[in-house]
Amino acid sequence: MTYQEIYNTLSNTSGWQQSYREIMLLGKQLPALPEVLKTEQAKVTGCESNVWLHIELDEQQQNLLLVGDSDTRIVKGLLAIVLAMYNGKTPTEAKQIDAYQEFESLGLIKHLSPSRGNGIKAIVDKIQKQIAQLT
Amino acid sequence: MSDIAQLRKDFPTLKQTIEGHPLVYLDSGATSQKPQAVIDAINLFYTKNNANVHRGLHTLSEIATTEYENVREKLAHFLNVNATECVWTSGATQSINLVAAGLTSQLNAGDVILISALEHHANIVPWQQLAARTGARLEVIPINELGVVEPDVALATIKKWQPKVFACSHASNTLGNIQDVQTFVAQAKQFGAITLVDGAQAFLHLRPDLRQLDCDFYVLSAHKALGPTGLGILYGKYALLNALPVYQTGGEMIQHVSFEKTTFRDAPAKFEPGTPNISAVLGFGAALDYLNAIDFQQMHQYEQALFVYLVEQLSVIEGVRLYGDLVNNIGTVSFSYKSEHHYDLAMLLNSYGVAVRSGHHCTQPLMQALNLNGTIRVSLAFYNNKDDIDCFISALQNSIELIEG
Repeated sequence: MTYQEIYNTLSNTSGWQQSYREIMLLGKQLPALPEVLKTEQAKVTGCESNVWLHIELDEQQQNLLLVGDSDTRIVKGLLAIVLAMYNGKTPTEAKQIDAYQEFESLGLIKHLSPSRGNGIKAIVDKIQKQIAQLT
Repeated sequence: MSDIAQLRKDFPTLKQTIEGHPLVYLDSGATSQKPQAVIDAINLFYTKNNANVHRGLHTLSEIATTEYENVREKLAHFLNVNATECVWTSGATQSINLVAAGLTSQLNAGDVILISALEHHANIVPWQQLAARTGARLEVIPINELGVVEPDVALATIKKWQPKVFACSHASNTLGNIQDVQTFVAQAKQFGAITLVDGAQAFLHLRPDLRQLDCDFYVLSAHKALGPTGLGILYGKYALLNALPVYQTGGEMIQHVSFEKTTFRDAPAKFEPGTPNISAVLGFGAALDYLNAIDFQQMHQYEQALFVYLVEQLSVIEGVRLYGDLVNNIGTVSFSYKSEHHYDLAMLLNSYGVAVRSGHHCTQPLMQALNLNGTIRVSLAFYNNKDDIDCFISALQNSIELIEG
């Protein structure tokens, strides 16, 4: 699913239960990461649940390729949203993404609060840091 | 139980909605809600009587000092001990740290500090640090597959290690198990152990008589018993308490200071340097008054009946697994649902206005022993009612449906 499609789906939900249902569905559709890729290095620190994230650059296209996984349904769904925002973008385009703003317009901003501990903030921070290193 | 609907009205926080649903507060193990009387006592202190204690001759200081010391008397009466045996600390955690630090010179390499496997990190880490400082060994009473310390195993383990220090929770924060600490303490004392009981969870639900319990030290947190945060209590048998060296130093706790030498006052003053948390002490005084006005036997029976109902309702949900001792329990239950992550369930429950705790509950070794990464914990207090449990169960069923749907 593209980010635009996700955006449209989530914009049409009413109430938290329905949002959660859609978020968990997004998580279900995100392919599971092979166990060998669930390394300590790939772990996003600062999450109550386990989150793994890999970011690479497609050498020919110079586009970002992100894969990730989580052991909780909700965080995995939120991760799917973040990955959809960044996947296929060039590093320069990715740097301009304001993930906070996007989550705000999706009505999910409370998931970005650090005290929620779901680590979405940590995920976005890690992506931005790694993009900076790639360029 | 005296009219519970009436008592609930005393708790302003319970009257709100969360995510459009009436709040169902089932996290009293983390902190209890506060009755209006406690909030009013703090308010009154800051709006009318604010002054430092033990310092001025002026009227306000006299009032503050008298009221502050009256709470210590009230607490001592509540625990059936002497006021001089009760030290104000910042919380149960600091109380344990004070004792663990103070025992440093009394331990030698090879001595054993014995705890149980279901302790909160606050009753593990200070002892581990004490062991590291002194060369003593930390040993652990094991639990069975449900997370219960079996009395026979406890007594045998105490006998086996003959510990110098024995520290154990009165009730488990994660599982709610009530432990027979009186028997454990008696056994540990046969081998000359110094004994400490962590009453952070048990105090509100069991109102222990410390003379009868006969432990050397008992610690508790005011905020888990209707009082304000930032206040804890260390009870210690006077001779042992007073023999501990000072923990932190400064004003108030001294007898005489010169640049060459300082002499300290006797306990409890020697452990209370600086300006204490006066407003919290006064708030806790109001909490004790509130508790004194409720018949304990009635409250206990009410809580137990509520807990039995909770366990019954949870047990019939297919896929739910309950942990811990479901008979001897303060009203706290930990559970998992199939292989679902506790995080998802807790987040979904919150969207129905239900507040529970999820995670390892500061008991990582217990989680490892039970082979879990965490649980959902429901912890009751007397201000909960059957409706709370019905709302929780229906929210849980809806959450499960959302997850599996």
